[in-house]
Parts: sequence; C-alpha cells; structure tokens
Amino acid sequence: MSQSVQSPPTEVQDTRSENRVTLGLTNRILARPEVGALVAAIVIFIFFIAVAPAFRSGASFFTVLYQASTIGIVAVGVGMLMIGGEFDLSAGVIVTTAGLVNSMFCWWFGINLWVGAALSLVFCLAIGFLNGYLVMRTGIPSFLITLGTFFVLQGANLGVTKLVTGSVSTPDISQMDGFTSLGKVFSSSFQVGGVTVWGTVIWWALFIAISAWVLQRTKIGNWIFAVGGNAASARAVGVPVIRTKIGLFMTVSFLGWFVGMHTLYRFNTLQSGNGVGNEFLYIIAAVVGGTLLTGGYGNAIGVAIGAFIFGMTSLCIVYAGWDPNWFKAFLGVMLLLAVMVNLWVKNLSTARKVG
Amino acid sequence: MTDTLTEHADATLHKGEPLIEMDNIGKSYGAIRALQGINLRVNAGEVACVLGDNGAGKSTLIKIMSGLHPHNEGSLKVDGQLVTFGSPREALAHGIATVYQDLAVVGLMEVWRNFFLGSEIVSSKMPLAAMKIRDMRRIADEELRKMGIVVKDINQPIGNLSGGQRQCVAIARAVYFGARVLILDEPTAALGVKQSGVVLKYTAAARDAGLGVVFITHNPHHAYLVGDHFMVLKRGAMNLDAKRSEITLEELTGQMAGGDELEALAHELKRDEEPKGTNRGAHASERTDGGTT
Repeated sequence: MSQSVQSPPTEVQDTRSENRVTLGLTNRILARPEVGALVAAIVIFIFFIAVAPAFRSGASFFTVLYQASTIGIVAVGVGMLMIGGEFDLSAGVIVTTAGLVNSMFCWWFGINLWVGAALSLVFCLAIGFLNGYLVMRTGIPSFLITLGTFFVLQGANLGVTKLVTGSVSTPDISQMDGFTSLGKVFSSSFQVGGVTVWGTVIWWALFIAISAWVLQRTKIGNWIFAVGGNAASARAVGVPVIRTKIGLFMTVSFLGWFVGMHTLYRFNTLQSGNGVGNEFLYIIAAVVGGTLLTGGYGNAIGVAIGAFIFGMTSLCIVYAGWDPNWFKAFLGVMLLLAVMVNLWVKNLSTARKVG
Repeated sequence: MTDTLTEHADATLHKGEPLIEMDNIGKSYGAIRALQGINLRVNAGEVACVLGDNGAGKSTLIKIMSGLHPHNEGSLKVDGQLVTFGSPREALAHGIATVYQDLAVVGLMEVWRNFFLGSEIVSSKMPLAAMKIRDMRRIADEELRKMGIVVKDINQPIGNLSGGQRQCVAIARAVYFGARVLILDEPTAALGVKQSGVVLKYTAAARDAGLGVVFITHNPHHAYLVGDHFMVLKRGAMNLDAKRSEITLEELTGQMAGGDELEALAHELKRDEEPKGTNRGAHASERTDGGTT
C-alpha cells in the first residue's frame, strides 16, 4: 500500500513545469467580475460625451459622481450582502427611516441632534439585526422577510410622521443644536479648481476601499464568499454562517443610516414617503457590477461601477436636453444593455478558461 | 503522501486506541425516530465502515458525530470524555473532520481559499487583518502536490476540478488541519472507477497514518477494500456489526443488498424465457446493483 501511495510525488516533480498553467493576461482580466460593467460604463460614457455637450466638463462629472454616491454607498453594502447570498428589500426605505427617527425624536424632545443621530444608528442596526436574525432563525428566504420589513417601515414612516407632525414631511431642524456640526460630517462639500466635490463622494470611495479590502484580503471576506456560494459546506468547515450573514444585514442598514443622515442634513426636512424603489437601484447596481444574483461571486469595484452607470444615466439625460420623463425607460434600456454586455464578456472569458 | 499524512497526523494517536465510542445512541426528529441503539467504536488507525440503504440512518449518524445535530439518546464519548456537540466547530475542536459527498467545497471559490476556509492564516487577531494570501497559496499548492494531487492552477475555482480531485482536496485539507477522526460521507458515490481508486488510496493512507476513519458508503466492494470493521444500518438500527475477520465480501454484499428481501425480489422478477445459466448471471449482477444504488 505504502509503495503505491508513495510513487505519485516523484511523478509530480517531473511534470511540475508542464502541469503549471498560467492564464494569459487578457484572460485573467476578462475573468474579473467587474470587467463587463467597466466596458458598459465606458460605452455609455462615450455615448453621452458625444450627445450631451453639457456633460463635457469637470463640474458635471463630479455632479454625476455625487448622484452615483447617494446610491453607491448603500449599494456597497447590498453588493456584499448579495455576495453573501441574501437580499435586502428594506434598504431603500431604511434610508428615510434613519432620517425620520433622528429628526422627529430631536424635534419632539428638543434635544441635541447628535443624540438623535446616535439613536437612529442603534435603531437601524437593530432592524438590520432583526432582518438577519429572522432569515437565519426561520429559514424563510430573505426576499420575503425583508419585503415584510420594507412594508412595515414604509407604513410606519408615513404613519408616525403624520402622528408627530400632523403632515407627511418633517419640520425644519436647521436651527437646532448640532445641525451645523452634523452637516459638516454628512453633507459638506468643497471646491477643487472651481469644481464642487461633495463629501459623500469621498465617503463612497472610502466605503468601496474598505469593502474591497474586506472581500479580497480578510478572512471575513472569505467567509462572505463561502456563505453565499455554499452555506452548508461553509458551516461544515467551521465558518460561523449565522454571524456572518447577520453582520452583512447590519452593514447594509449601517450604510442606509449613513445616506439617511446625508439626506437629512443636506435638505433639513424629509418627505416620509421617500426611498421607496431605491432598493432596486442598489440591487441593479450590484448586478450590473457583476455580482451573481444567487450569491458567492462579485466584487466591490464592480458594484461601484454599477452605481456610477446609474448616476451617469440619470443626469446625462438632462444634460442631453431630453425630456426627463423618459428617464426611467431610458434607465431600464441602459441597465438591460449593461447586463447583456456583462454576460457577453463573461462568456468570452469562460469560453477560454483553462481547466 | 503517507509521509505528509504522518507529518500532520497527531503524534499522540496510537493504533487501536478508541477515539469515538457510541453507546446506545439514538436520535428522534419530533415523532420520527431516525436512529436507535447504535454502538459504534472508531479506533485510531482503523477504518470503520457504515453501510446502509437510502434512509437507513447513515446521514443522521454522521450528523451526530460531526456536530450538525445533537443526539438525544445514549452517550457519545470522544477520547474517553462524554460530549454532546452543538455545532460543527465543536466537533472540529475535538479533531473530528467530516468530508461530505456533495458539500465538501464551495465551487465558485479558488482552490486555495477552499483549502483554508474556516482556518485562514491571518497576520493578526484584528477582525479586518489581512490574510497571508501568498503563504496560503504556497502552502495549499505544496500540500496538495505532496499528497499527489496536481491542480493546474491553485487560483482557479475549485468547481473546475473533477469530483475525485475535489474530494481529495477536502480530505487533504482535513488531514492538514490536524483531524484525528475523518468522517467520509459516501466519498466514492458520484465517482468513476479510477477516481474512486484515488479516494480509496487516500482513505487507506489516512488509516496508516493513525487516524480513525469512518467510511460511509452504499458500496460493499469499496468498503471491503479498506474497512477493518463493518456496520450495516437498516431502518435506523444496527443490522450487522462485524470485524473484518468475521465476515466475507459475499456475506457483506448479501447483507447490504437486502439479503432475503433480494432473494424474494429476484424470484418475483424472474424471467422464464431466459435460459437457466443467464438467469443466474442476472441474479448475481442484481445483487451487486442492489449494493451500489
């Protein structure tokens, strides 16, 4: 027995160089999840440069980045959650909920807005935890659980706002303690060479960087891919599946809270019905960015490019001077094209993969 | 290969020492009794084979040993200590590693990520600390090569490997991370003849390195090639419990194939128009088929 089992290694030594296959550079690049989205983004970019003269300036480019960041920040979390194999449909309304909790709590009790912001953070994290806990505990698909939270939050946003303020929007809080300092954190902007750069763009870049680091370089990232790719086998080798997934839901609600704070401190009043439908924009950004709808595959840069495509499309229709009523239809076409380009590139790369 | 196994195998393992002792173990899911009265000993340096048809309770038995479900009757001792596992992590901490037939690996992840999944090498204890990716790639590649598994690219998704290679990576991983008991859940069920041979060689090598192996299978031929002890499960209870010296392959095959039941079935399905000789041949092959399905 030992004779026969010891023979393979020597054989291996001889064939070592022949057996080593290194993929060509083009194949290695094509195999990355974000390449399809990048190609789509470049095509759309060139298209709008051609048809929308107003787009050809640094200022409008940074406006596009700002627009993209308001979607992109939450999409960072949603993308990671989708790689982890789950959905969060409550991610759109939780942005509004975060702002409403902060605004109305402080207005009603007349206390410093920082207290409300902290309370709102705890509240959002609790919702994220509840989403994750219910999904893991009951085994009901996250699509249904978070659809439930989505409706609960949507109704509560309107109902509670009506009870507290008597209308569907929140009162002006711009004169309250803490508004200026919170505004500096969440909704500042600065000038670089005559171009306005919003703070959220910097925050967005930071969150993308953290997400990319976590996914590619840390053991938690390894666990996220594993729980999304095959939760049962991840559990069998000792990955804490429940903690990982609950953590992902909480990451999404944290980022939702962050954008909620930005919206509140930029506009100081909120419409309680806002945010509905945004959850799909986050999911679309992630999918356009190459994230697999069934989990286990994707990356942070791809999701960022997905959000950028959204920002570019939504503003460039205006820059091109077209009727903005057509925006959604145009967005739909753009997204379908992006997904198809994505798929096409993916096929190109997998067709040549070495086994 | 055996060298690597010996290198990583626990030096405190002595052949014949009991690692897992099950005494009258049972498990009920609500009103359904999936398993009862199981006595199983897994000794170091031996292969204990568990055979049984679909629904005989093999999976439940694995789940108890690997920590996926706790037992609710009888006692389970690991290294002489009474234990009840609440999670696979606890079982792993006792050195019990399970390689599942269908969920051994995460298909979309790279080979090296799979190899280290759940036991990543990190540069510090901080939650966001970097993994030592270069080391992990190198070690995974080296270890697999030492064990005779040559993957063309350690960075390719493990789903691109063949079924046999995937099983072997999973076994190599368990051994590298210091498993004392290796539970193999139908490792050869989905494999061709040649690949089954590779997996059986690893099983024997793990045994020779002093590990206790639990080999779960449908196939009495594969079991008899490596087994020291055989247990046949039927409807959640032990139907046969024999040492290698006490049983022949024919008897084991007969037991596995259902024994009397198969005789009755063969009689029922008897095709009169066939000549006598061919009929007997068909009978024999049916017995084998009964064992492998």
